[in-house]
Amino acid sequence: MKPILYIENLNKRFDGTVALDNFSLKVQGASITGIIGPNGAGKTTLFNVITGFLPPDSGSIQYNDQQLIGLPSYKIARDGIVRTFQQLRLITRLTVLDNILLAFQNQAGERLRNIFTFSRLIKIQEQANRKKTQELLDSLEIRDKENALVEDLSYGQQKMVSLLCCLAAGAKMVLLDEPVAGVNPETINIILEMIRKLPEQGVTVILIEHNMDAIMRVCDNLVFMDQGKKIVEGDPEMVRNNPAVIEAYLE
Amino acid sequence: MEYFLHILILIGIYVILSVSLNLIVGYTGLLSVAHAAFYGVGAYVAALLAIKFHSPFLVNIILAVVFGGLLGAMVGIPTLRTRDDYFMVTTFVFQVIIFSIFNNWVSFTGGPMGLPGIPAPSFFGWRIESHLDYLIVVLVFSLLVVILSLRIGHSPFGRVLKAIREDEIFSQAHGKNIAFFKIAIFVIGAGMASVAGLVYAYYISFIEPTSFTVMESIFIISIVIIGGAGNIWGSIVGATFLVALPEALRFIGMPNAIAANIQQLIYGALLVLCMLYRPQGFLGEYSFDK
Repeated sequence: MKPILYIENLNKRFDGTVALDNFSLKVQGASITGIIGPNGAGKTTLFNVITGFLPPDSGSIQYNDQQLIGLPSYKIARDGIVRTFQQLRLITRLTVLDNILLAFQNQAGERLRNIFTFSRLIKIQEQANRKKTQELLDSLEIRDKENALVEDLSYGQQKMVSLLCCLAAGAKMVLLDEPVAGVNPETINIILEMIRKLPEQGVTVILIEHNMDAIMRVCDNLVFMDQGKKIVEGDPEMVRNNPAVIEAYLE
Repeated sequence: MEYFLHILILIGIYVILSVSLNLIVGYTGLLSVAHAAFYGVGAYVAALLAIKFHSPFLVNIILAVVFGGLLGAMVGIPTLRTRDDYFMVTTFVFQVIIFSIFNNWVSFTGGPMGLPGIPAPSFFGWRIESHLDYLIVVLVFSLLVVILSLRIGHSPFGRVLKAIREDEIFSQAHGKNIAFFKIAIFVIGAGMASVAGLVYAYYISFIEPTSFTVMESIFIISIVIIGGAGNIWGSIVGATFLVALPEALRFIGMPNAIAANIQQLIYGALLVLCMLYRPQGFLGEYSFDK
């Protein structure tokens, strides 16, 4: 099967530190790929390059036969690749509802023409998006937090909201940077359950995580990287038992 | 009575200026000190058209808004590459340049002597002359500006502006072209400020550059901050309060020469108090003390 994302020979250096070193990866559609590796291995840099927040020094990223390199990050998001951040990024001084509503694409109310002409379309779409938001919140059992400010949520709930923002944005591919790190076990279960169901809805997932148990529970494919290089890739069980991986995680 | 109407007209003009600046500063978080420049451009465009071409009021309104908006884009596009303090300094530079043009292009703008004798406008046979006439005009314009600003503020467009203020990267990661939103709101804000300039020019019938200095920009920012950044009603309250305040001082028998200085003192003290005890202003939801 043809991969949905085809990363080829990515290179990125920061003042002598190698963040990505000839990194290549093929990601199948509607699959879950895990990326592990020690701190500074280049995992987050990889996400930043894919989503257009950092230009690579060289290399190519094909997504559905479209070259992503050179595209601004907002266009990549519109093409369906939406990410979360390791240091959570949400509008903490706005409500959960506002954060998720913001994420929807193609909003009539974001076009000035409709605002100046007092278009009814805005209200209709806004109500539809509100309904979808409530369904999303229901799916993670946090409907009661709809009107809470994001800054008043627990860390785990904030991670949930950032995941829901990706889905509201209509993501075909979500890049999750440590979706369950620092979250209590019960919430981890809810989040993992949601992630596991995403491929059924046609969504491809790539996630960075240090929690090996979580990785083993959801991933179809696992990549171990170190110093910007892909060291091992394949079946999660096989990768976990690779001597290089064992060494890195025992240190 | 005329004196009272005069104060109301001034309040109306400052409502337009502060509400439009609030869209830029309060909603989008772009601390621009160039608002008096847009205000001035509206005034000069209207005055020059009225004096040199005797063009109709309606045409002048449209042209003032168009010129103000164009200048907004001209300032916005290069400036918006910068952020935070650098953004403020860049808008400051534009403010100074525009003032210098008003002040030094003597053959066109009259230089420091200004432009006297702006003829009273008429609108479909209604000659706008008395204080009451101007009050009606200013009320109509400020109402339009307030309605449009509320509409923008409460729309998904306004939600994106707030998101840009809080976190540009989050907004980009969810498909928002933040450069477009910033330039758009800058153009809209500048266009609205030009309307205030137009009303001012016709009303006073004489304009000169010192009405449009950086001090004026700072005064408008004070209204926005004291009234409450990110809240349209806050700017209306702020404009009313800060414009009426010096007049109140006059009422308690303060001589004019002293009142002017005291006024500056009070504005300064108010800003400091605001920063210390209520950084979000009267009605604001957003403070600058991130």
